[in-house]
Amino acid sequence: MHKLIRQILKTGIVRHPPSARPEAPPEGCAEGRALVAQLGRAITVRHVDAGSCNGCELEIHALGNALYNLAALGVRFVASPRHADILLVTGPVSRAMADPLRAAWEAMPDPKRVVALGDCARGCGIFTANYATLGAVSAVIPVDIAIPGCPPSPETIREAFAALMARS
Amino acid sequence: MSPIDVARAVRWTRLPGPLPIDHGSVDSAQWRAICAQCRAEGGRLAALWGSDERAAGQGFLVHAIVASAQRRFWITLGAGDADPRFPGLGDLFPVASRLERALFDLLGVSSGAPDTRPWLRHEAWGPADFPLRRDFARADPMAPGAPPYPFVAVRGAGVHEIGVGPIHAGIIEPGHFRFSVVGDEILRLEERFGYTHKGAAKRFEAMGLVDGARLAGRLCADSSAAYAGAYAMAVEALSGCTVPPRALWLRALAWERERIANHLGDLGALCQDGGLAFGHTQFGLLKERWLQTHDRLFGHRYLMDAVIPGGVAYDLDAAACRSLDAECASILETTRRLQDIVDDHAGLQERFLETGRIDEARVRALGGLGLAARASGIACDLRVNTPLPPYDRLQTRIAVRPQGDVAARVGVRFDEIYESLRLIREVLAQLPGGPVRVPCDGHGGLFGVGIVEGWRGEVLVAITRSPSAAAHHVHIHDPSWQNWPLLEHAVLGDLVPDFPLINKSFNLAYSGHDL
Ligand code: SF4
Repeated sequence: MHKLIRQILKTGIVRHPPSARPEAPPEGCAEGRALVAQLGRAITVRHVDAGSCNGCELEIHALGNALYNLAALGVRFVASPRHADILLVTGPVSRAMADPLRAAWEAMPDPKRVVALGDCARGCGIFTANYATLGAVSAVIPVDIAIPGCPPSPETIREAFAALMARS
Repeated sequence: MSPIDVARAVRWTRLPGPLPIDHGSVDSAQWRAICAQCRAEGGRLAALWGSDERAAGQGFLVHAIVASAQRRFWITLGAGDADPRFPGLGDLFPVASRLERALFDLLGVSSGAPDTRPWLRHEAWGPADFPLRRDFARADPMAPGAPPYPFVAVRGAGVHEIGVGPIHAGIIEPGHFRFSVVGDEILRLEERFGYTHKGAAKRFEAMGLVDGARLAGRLCADSSAAYAGAYAMAVEALSGCTVPPRALWLRALAWERERIANHLGDLGALCQDGGLAFGHTQFGLLKERWLQTHDRLFGHRYLMDAVIPGGVAYDLDAAACRSLDAECASILETTRRLQDIVDDHAGLQERFLETGRIDEARVRALGGLGLAARASGIACDLRVNTPLPPYDRLQTRIAVRPQGDVAARVGVRFDEIYESLRLIREVLAQLPGGPVRVPCDGHGGLFGVGIVEGWRGEVLVAITRSPSAAAHHVHIHDPSWQNWPLLEHAVLGDLVPDFPLINKSFNLAYSGHDL
């Protein structure tokens, strides 16, 4: 136990430095403010991988590390779409995930919003529409906010959520 | 004729490139005989796929790459034109069964195996549509109401089924797991994948060979450098292009860094699932800093677009090398300290030990490879068994643990972090000078293959070019094909609540499998 405590003390409290690289603001941020007005200061997010390469997921995981600490913004990931305000979707929507994606969206209570994370989900990634892929989240459900990047850096995602959470 | 004589009768061609592999066109008797001989030698099926060469008058071709201790053979069999079929290999290599189902889904070439259920096909295309045929051009609206997938049912008093997925409770890739349980105990697990199938092979056909590297690095992000590396090797073999030594060493650096990044992330996640949030925080921070270095010096947090046909896209100056070396020293010290804590933590060890066990004999029978096989006592590692430059100069020490449980897979990860740190420091110390890339246009031969020991196991890329036209076909094989069936066995007799931990200890690919 003493080793564990010593390691915690040695690590200290890490803080996220102010963004070094200003990146393009997410599309639809004005829309985001309206959302916060509706939802208040804490939001719950359900993630759906609609055929991503797992890169966008790796960065969602990174958001949970001590540096980005998304939870501190008031953003919480939940297991069921029924508990979610926001559906965070990655991938170009493989056709096999189109129905599960639509079902997750339909299960969410109103008001609800959809965030398309990454270039694939936005419809401008390396995977174009074909026999197996619809090519964009907006081909299946309405998208409110799109976050660019392949994958978007944790800073970009964090800033998009921070913009969402900012007082309008 | 004995199988050995049959194999001798084939005209083998040594393919260009550093990987020792012979290609031969075979008839169906030779096809079976060569595979049977490989099986008898304790070898395994490394990949099985098909291509449509009707435009060149060759009909459909079926390809297999088999590997025994030191040798690899790529065999190609004509499967005919109108009603293409070939002799299946499922009796010799269990992994062939899913590979043959996938081959039928995509190309309509039948192995005649009894299990004719789709594997990659869901409702996106119909049972009589074969998207990898070159004349397939449709992207119809989806056929609604595909019949439900017939899982194998387990009957008996008190047995019930639990279906999980494709969307899971956590932030993971989509797939379906069907458990048959009594109480909490798992009697049977059946996997169902294909949810992330994106038609990548078709997408490759529309891209140039060189440009395809960008796509190869975006099929399975946690192994981006390994995928792009194997792809680059295949293109280089096709083109007969020689990669400068400095680029080879810099590639090894990227692959070892990728291995460490994943092992750190997995150790954090395993601590989390085992109930030690402290470990998740600590390893998460180590991984994050490691990724930031990737971004700074290699151009991308997950090394995307870093490895390209002909070399690498980055170079390191002396200051960068020094900072990488110092980073290794610091991460070694911290990881050692964390391992000490993990090893001493009774609660965590209680969860890890004896959980999700699979023994060596079973792993061998299933043809398992990579990290999971090494954690069941099998000494297989391309870097050791067939060390390609620069590994031929690095004397990689293989990490093997015999127990085959979650604890062993955790242990192998720690061992491999230490060894990869050592390799990185060796690479930095011995890094030769010179250019980091040469032009590599992809013109030249008809067959090219590349293999990289990625962090999960061997990632294989095979490219065939049609003799007639500029058309090419890219096939990528992820080690998860071999290792997903291991998970089905490892969970037997364990409790459903332990499944996430066991699954995480394998951490197999979905997108990389569903290609
Ligand atoms: S945007 Fe990039 S990282 Fe995200 S799923 Fe697509 S290819 Fe992968």
